[in-house]
Amino acid sequence: MPEETPSTNPFQATSSKRKVKDRIGTVIFACFTYFVLACALFIFGKITYDGAPVLFTSEAPFINTKFFTESPQTLVEFTNGAGELIRMDQTDFTVFKEENPDVTINDEHTFSYSGGGIAGPLVGTALLVLVCMVVSLFIGVAAAIYLSEYAKKGKLVSAIRLAIMNLAGVPSIVYGLFGFAFFCLAPWFPVFTYEVNAETTIGAFKIPLTDGYLSFQGWGNSLLAGGLTLAVMALPVIIAACEESLKAVPGGFREASLALGATRWQCIRTAVLPYAAPGILTASVLGVTRVAGETAPIMFTAAVADKAKMPWQDAQGSGVFWFSDMLTQSVQALPYHIYTVSARLPAHEAINDMRYGSVFVFLILVVGFAMTSVVLRARYRNKLKW
Amino acid sequence: MNDSSSTLDSADAPEVASNEPIISIDNLSFSYDLGSTNTLRDISLEIPAGKVTAFIGPSGCGKSTLLRCLNRMNDLVDTAKVTGGSISILGQDINAPDVEAIELRKHVGMVFQKYNPFPKSIYENVAYGLRVQGIKNKSVLDQAVEESLQKSALWDEVKDRLDSSALGLSGGQQQRLCIARAIAVKPQIVLMDEPCSALDPIATARIEELIAELQEDFTIVIVTHNMQQATRVSNRTAFFYLGELIEYDDTSKIFGNPTRKQTEDYVSGRFG
Ligand SMILES: Nc1ncnc2c1ncn2[C@@H]1O[C@H](COP(=O)(O)OP(=O)(O)OP(=O)(O)O)[C@@H](O)[C@H]1O
Ligand SMILES: [Mg+2]
Repeated sequence: MPEETPSTNPFQATSSKRKVKDRIGTVIFACFTYFVLACALFIFGKITYDGAPVLFTSEAPFINTKFFTESPQTLVEFTNGAGELIRMDQTDFTVFKEENPDVTINDEHTFSYSGGGIAGPLVGTALLVLVCMVVSLFIGVAAAIYLSEYAKKGKLVSAIRLAIMNLAGVPSIVYGLFGFAFFCLAPWFPVFTYEVNAETTIGAFKIPLTDGYLSFQGWGNSLLAGGLTLAVMALPVIIAACEESLKAVPGGFREASLALGATRWQCIRTAVLPYAAPGILTASVLGVTRVAGETAPIMFTAAVADKAKMPWQDAQGSGVFWFSDMLTQSVQALPYHIYTVSARLPAHEAINDMRYGSVFVFLILVVGFAMTSVVLRARYRNKLKW
Repeated sequence: MNDSSSTLDSADAPEVASNEPIISIDNLSFSYDLGSTNTLRDISLEIPAGKVTAFIGPSGCGKSTLLRCLNRMNDLVDTAKVTGGSISILGQDINAPDVEAIELRKHVGMVFQKYNPFPKSIYENVAYGLRVQGIKNKSVLDQAVEESLQKSALWDEVKDRLDSSALGLSGGQQQRLCIARAIAVKPQIVLMDEPCSALDPIATARIEELIAELQEDFTIVIVTHNMQQATRVSNRTAFFYLGELIEYDDTSKIFGNPTRKQTEDYVSGRFG
């Protein structure tokens, strides 16, 4: 150790006032940061604390399977002769009354959508996300390829980019209304159907060899309209992410490919897209996850609070008619279900299980998807080094 | 296309008599900004077939630009434009409206400064050019891959791992793979833009050997910053300065007894 003589230390602190100020600044900034952290922790903590007991049980499968396999139904609450408070689903209650005709039932209350499980909303949301993903990926990738690979740099492309960026700032309720007007009401979208709706304006055309029609009558409140509305909403994010992924592919690949006599499209297909695909996919999952949580866009276009059957069970006909009919079914959806049980029903303790259970499942799903895509992206970034 | 004047469209382009130039550039002017400023000005030069021609000159003088004019890679720059003169390859004006850049590039291959193999297998890299031309026959591909790798002196090193990733090769091997990839489509001309600038001396020496061997089958145009390399590999040398061709002659003449003062200053290392 060299000798230390404090007097010769050139880095000796000079003013303690500056130090104190610096210290205070640090503490203030830290406080704000921890405030954000505290908010996040509170949200997650509260939802987990109240929601987890709904999903997990202390006995054998440890999971409340009914919550995932049954659709929402009415919950009945009553007090029996012994003064015990009992809650059961409407269907169970009917059976219970038949089996025990002389049981005393006092203070009977019913709560809509608060019993059963969330199978319908889960399936509906999954289908909406699927439609949204397929459509937005297709359009988004095509648009991104055009913008970053084909279009000449100029005013027009900048204007298009700006317009796309602005789309990202449009409030979700506006997308909902747009989707309602454009996909649900407007008569220019065709469906395959056996029964022609009176709304049809352009007309319905009989399809030879079948009893069905191709009818231009709009899609109504439907899976397709909702999925497309979500897709339009996800597009700005997906286009931006795709462009970024395409830009990340080294220019050398394009040059090498073109210099070997590849056409523009061959070059993109074989020397650009394969290396951009992981980035495109993961970023798109992230974009779609974000819109999948939105209520406003599907409120007018696809979602209903109550629906007994799954869309494929309700669909009529076979083949393309069945498919078309399934896509034009309205569906339940998780965000809308949460909105219904939380905002449209009066506050009551009996509904809390459904509320927190649904929110907890939703949170796990969204966080799970987001995490997966982030992890995947990080992994691909590390793997693909060139 | 059935236009007989457009020789570049036929896969078996005619052999060029050895005394005739394979590339002739006539008063070429070229601009990157639609003609506001000319990056290349009034360049005239004839490149003989079956020889190695080197382009030298200080950074930014337009060597790469001229090279990329020869296979119309500059088409990728939206605002690039040939503002005057013409380039003929195999007797055909390559900027004529009936010339397809894609067809031209099958005859004029290119190797880039930064080696850029695709992150595919070694085999797929070499077969790439043939695949984009629609060749699917496995035995044709196999043969072309082997032949190209032989010619680029890489076969013995990679024959046991054709299916492993090209990115696992050393830098020098990757650059030789890029050369193999370029010659697999059997171009008549191979353009090389500073092919050794990212390589160490030993890898550089191997590429130089390779260029000497390839000279038998291809006409090679190489851009280099390395004077010794130009003297070692090339028969003819063109010296450029600020977008103009200053002097073009046999390599021995350019380095031994140049006519112009600027050339002498440059090759002797007094500027540049
Ligand atoms: N894509 C481009 N767009 C606009 N200007 C360009 C482009 N590429 C090159 N230039 C300009 O053209 C001039 C010539 O560039 P070029 O790359 O041909 O030089 P070079 O002789 O190859 O230089 P180096 O030895 O450094 O590679 C430079 O001034 C450069 O800035
Ligand atoms: Mg250059």
